[in-house]
Amino acid sequence: MTPSRTAFAAILGKDLRAELRTLQSLPAMALFAITSFVIFRFGLNRTHLSGSLAAGVLWATLLFAAVLGINRLFVAEREEGGFDAIRLAPIDRSVLFTAKVAALIVYLAALELIAVPIFALFFLSSAASLAPLIIVLVLADIGLAAAGTLISSMAVNSRARDLLVPLVLLPLVVPLMIAATAATEPLMLLGGVSYHRFGTWLMVLGLYDLIFALLGYAVFDFLLED
Amino acid sequence: MYGKGLRTLSIATVIAFAITLSLVFFYAPIEADQGFLQKIFYLHVPLAIISLCGFIVGGIFAVLHLRRDDPRYDAYSYVSIHISVIFAVGALLTGSIWAKGSWGHWWVWNEPTLVSFLIVFLLYATYYPFRYAIEDRQRQARYASVFAITAGAFVPLNFLAVRASASLVHPRVFATAEGGLPGSMMVTFLCAIGSMALLWTTLVKFELSAKSAQGQMKRLRRALDAPTTAATSRIAPEVH
Repeated sequence: MTPSRTAFAAILGKDLRAELRTLQSLPAMALFAITSFVIFRFGLNRTHLSGSLAAGVLWATLLFAAVLGINRLFVAEREEGGFDAIRLAPIDRSVLFTAKVAALIVYLAALELIAVPIFALFFLSSAASLAPLIIVLVLADIGLAAAGTLISSMAVNSRARDLLVPLVLLPLVVPLMIAATAATEPLMLLGGVSYHRFGTWLMVLGLYDLIFALLGYAVFDFLLED
Repeated sequence: MYGKGLRTLSIATVIAFAITLSLVFFYAPIEADQGFLQKIFYLHVPLAIISLCGFIVGGIFAVLHLRRDDPRYDAYSYVSIHISVIFAVGALLTGSIWAKGSWGHWWVWNEPTLVSFLIVFLLYATYYPFRYAIEDRQRQARYASVFAITAGAFVPLNFLAVRASASLVHPRVFATAEGGLPGSMMVTFLCAIGSMALLWTTLVKFELSAKSAQGQMKRLRRALDAPTTAATSRIAPEVH
C-alpha cells in the first residue's frame, strides 16, 4: 500500500500540473469574476461600494466563479479514466477527496489573488480591509472546497453535470455565505475597518469547514464503488 | 407486507386528529395578543417539526443503507424525505398565512426559524432532480444516501448560521413558542405534534406499500412475459 502522503502529493501534483498546462478552469473563473464586477457596477449603478453591499457583491461573485471550477473538477478524471485508475491503485480512496479539496483550495486562492485586488481597485476607497479579509477567505475556501468536491464528484457521474453542481451546491453553501458576508461586512465599512462579531463568524466558518471536511472524508468511499 | 397494520394506523391517525382539532377549537384558550389566528400555530409548528424530524430520519436510513448495503433502506430514506418535503410545503404555506395575519406581510426575512426552514426546503427540493440525473439504479441509491446524510448534517448547521445572523439585531418573535405556554395550550400543542407524527408515519407506510405493490405487479407481469404498461418512476427506488 502506497502511503497516503505520497498518493496525496501525486494526485495534487498531477491536478495542478494539468491545470497549468491546459489552463481550462482558472482563466475562465478570473474572467467571469471581473466581468461580474462590471455587471454589478451597472446593475447597482454604483462606482463605490461599502459595508453589506461590498460584501454581497464580492461573495456572490466569488461563489459563482467557484462554481465554474467546481463543475470541471472531476471531468478529466471521468473522461480520461482517472476514477478507474484510482480504484485500481493500492491507495486509500479518501486520499482522492483530500487531494481534490486541496487542488480546489489552490484554484480558489489563485482566483481570489486576482479577483479581490481588482475588486478593491474597482470599488473600495481603501485597501485596509484586505489584510483581515485573508482569514475569512481562507476559512471560506476550505468549506467551499470540501462541499464543492463532494457535490462535484457525484455530479460528474450524472447526466446533468453542469446543472447539478449549482443546483445542489448553492443551498448547501448558504450558511457559509451568511458567515462569510457577515464577517466581511464590518471590514468594508466606510468609516474604516471594524471587527464587530468577527470572531463569532470565523467560528461559524470553522465549524462549517470541520463538518463538511469530516463528512466528505467519511462518505467519499461510497461514491467510488462499482 | 407493508400494508400490515395500515388500517389500524389510519384509524388511529383520524381519531388523533379529531381529538386534536376539538382541543384546538374548544379547549385551548384564544390567545390575547393574536386572537383566533394564533390557532394556526397548532398546525404550522407540528408540520415544521415533523418535517425536520423526517429529514433526520431519512438521513439515518441513508446511513443504514450505506452500512448494510440493503436497498430497502434506500426506499425508506426516499419515502421519508418525500413525505417530509410535502410537509415542508405545508409548513411554509401555513407560516406565510400566519405571517400575513400577524405582521401584515406574506414573508418576513427577520424571523430566523422561517428563513432557515426555507433554505432547508430549497436544499431538499433538489433531491428529486439529483436522483433523476443518475441513471444507474445502484449508483442512484448510493448517491442519494450520501445526499441525505449531507443534508441531514446541514440542517442543524444551517439553523445555527441563520439564527446567529439575526439574534442580536432582532428580538425573537416566537419566544412564546417555547417555555412560556400556559398548560392548556401546551397539552393541545403536544397532541397536535403527536397526531402529526402519526400522520407522517401513516403516509410513509402508505407510500411504501404502494411502491411495494407496484414492484410486485411488475415482477408478476415480467413472469407472465406481458409487456409492462404502467409507467414506472425513474427516481423512486423499487421496493421488494
